[in-house]
Amino acid sequence: MNTIEIYDPAQCCATGACSPDADDELAQFASSLEWLKECGVSVSRYNLGHQPAAFVQNAMVKRTIGEDGVACLPLIVADGKVVSKGRYPSRSELVAHVGLAVETVGATGTATKKSCCG
Amino acid sequence: MRLLQRPTRNLFFTGKGGVGKTSTSCAVAVALADSGKAVLLVSTDPASNLDEIFDIALKSSPTPIPAVTRLHAMNVDPEAAAIAYRERVVGPYRNLLPADAVASIEEQLSGACTVEIAAFDEFAKLLGDANLTAAYDHIVFDTAPTGHTLRLLALPAAWTEFIGTSAAGTSCLGPLQGMIEQRELYLSAVQALCDASQTTMVLVSRPEMPALEEAERTSAELASIGVRNQLLVLNGMFEAQDPADGVAAAMQRFAEQAVADMPTGIATLPRTTIPLKPAQVLGIEALRGFFAPTQKTPTVVASPASPKRLPGLDALVDELQLDGGGLVMTMGKGGVGKTTIAARIAVELARRGHSVHLTTTDPAAHIAAAVVDLPRNLTIGEINPALEVARYRAEVMATTGAKLDASGLALLQEDLSSPCTEEIAVFQAFARTVAKASNGIVVIDTAPTGHTILLLDAAQSFHREVMRQAKSVTDSVRNLLPRLRDPTFTRIVLCTLAEATPVHEAASLQADLRRAAIEPYAWVINQSLVPLKVSDPVLVARRSQESRYIDEVTCTHARRVFMVAWQATIAAGITRPSAPILETA
Repeated sequence: MNTIEIYDPAQCCATGACSPDADDELAQFASSLEWLKECGVSVSRYNLGHQPAAFVQNAMVKRTIGEDGVACLPLIVADGKVVSKGRYPSRSELVAHVGLAVETVGATGTATKKSCCG
Repeated sequence: MRLLQRPTRNLFFTGKGGVGKTSTSCAVAVALADSGKAVLLVSTDPASNLDEIFDIALKSSPTPIPAVTRLHAMNVDPEAAAIAYRERVVGPYRNLLPADAVASIEEQLSGACTVEIAAFDEFAKLLGDANLTAAYDHIVFDTAPTGHTLRLLALPAAWTEFIGTSAAGTSCLGPLQGMIEQRELYLSAVQALCDASQTTMVLVSRPEMPALEEAERTSAELASIGVRNQLLVLNGMFEAQDPADGVAAAMQRFAEQAVADMPTGIATLPRTTIPLKPAQVLGIEALRGFFAPTQKTPTVVASPASPKRLPGLDALVDELQLDGGGLVMTMGKGGVGKTTIAARIAVELARRGHSVHLTTTDPAAHIAAAVVDLPRNLTIGEINPALEVARYRAEVMATTGAKLDASGLALLQEDLSSPCTEEIAVFQAFARTVAKASNGIVVIDTAPTGHTILLLDAAQSFHREVMRQAKSVTDSVRNLLPRLRDPTFTRIVLCTLAEATPVHEAASLQADLRRAAIEPYAWVINQSLVPLKVSDPVLVARRSQESRYIDEVTCTHARRVFMVAWQATIAAGITRPSAPILETA
């Protein structure tokens, strides 16, 4: 069972439409998550601004944010372990975090669907 | 009086700050109560002008107005409603999350969207909750929800599990979280707004082109979501009484021209015209006389206090002391003339030998045509908000939008129509322009709000870690906040008029900037009658009225205050390239 949870900093919207900095990175990341879902990974995403409860209910997340402050966000938790802090990992890193068997991951981090699900 | 013939149960008044929404709505409420109807007047004026108008302290629940039988009034403060909402969301986590996390949630919920939704929440209760308002024949609101808010609420995606679960997330709907149970109430409120037999939307405007153009935009936006029962109130029509008064004659011509050039979208609406008042409308008797023509011989104010005349823009420019580089930004709500002030400051600086770049949201060609004897060391550029937004929208729709289903796409599209999006889009162009200010003086007529700046700050601290990656904030964005906070580099000039609402709006802009640790440099009181020679009785009276607002600005809001005289062509904006708007002297 592969699960990944993303704890985002408080932001207007995950689309990045309201970000002061038109954000390809966020859009890219969102698309990577969609791709992981298609590969059967269970993906949950929480925004501090909209779902603060999620940050308090998970003891590990609560402890990390208490120690590091909001700088630790986005916090990526894979199969119950913190695997990344303070940045959005690339697609290939995500793949490594959830331990998917991937045959080929391109230089840009884009793998074909077949290579992960096949 | 079109306004009072067969009035609907709900009457909303909309228009930008300072056009007279509060006075007009109060006068209508009093007239309806006098005609035998039970009326509830709902004000959202944060400055609580209503207290002054009725000479009674209003509360957040209906309070009887002693001097007017059957009239109750109440104050809804959208800022306070937004603060209460914010506390409901954040309060439970105050002791559970670290301070910086709590602060970041609070900032997220400090935008214009939260205030709009919180205000709508209050309207919806009054429109949808029969028990609350059964005792009244009419409910008069001195403001109205925007088209953006109404469209958002009507979107199915706004109310599904989409909120919070989708990777595409929310945005303007963030504030709606925890209000799902109110869906029925909200939808019935939107329905009531669209029902012509229940609701009238009254567009209030001054007879000035920019205000009329804004009224046309509002009218079209409301009509497109089904709010079609609209009326136009033209407030402040001026007829000169003293033929020897040149200012009065110019003012009358100016208003007549604006009415003659009425934008087609609102030209056919039923219209009520209100003459320019010699004095602020205060007290019940003034409200009862509101729709009457201005007296031909107004009561002479006993020895009118002569308002303090303040130094002009040349004095401001003398004091700026920008040594070869730096940034001057004019800020203010629409209609206070920040573009003209920016242009005049730029010209003055250039004439003193500085190399100056002026960037405005008006087309550069119009500005260039309007400046008499364009100095060689002045260059002019433009930020076109419509273009910036269109480019930004196309970009987001092509990337993020490509991955969404129909309902998600509709929501993203609406997010991209929000006032925040325009601000963000313009912000990019703004940051590029500011970066130029280390090589010369840059004067710009647009500025991000404190809220945008704080969001940027949050994004920036978050990006600090990511900086080594190629995809990151550009230098111009990264350097922006330190530059804006540096008083030796940036001079912010807040523009206002010597009237109640514009002064309060400028004060709230100032508070917003201070939240981002940015201190405005000076205030400019624009379109003042004080420096002018007037003899027309209405204008003489209005000039003496300016005193209290000039005092308010100089005593409570700013140390450096300057004054610019009323000028017909200046008030007209810079949309008429044929008219030289800038003084040659």
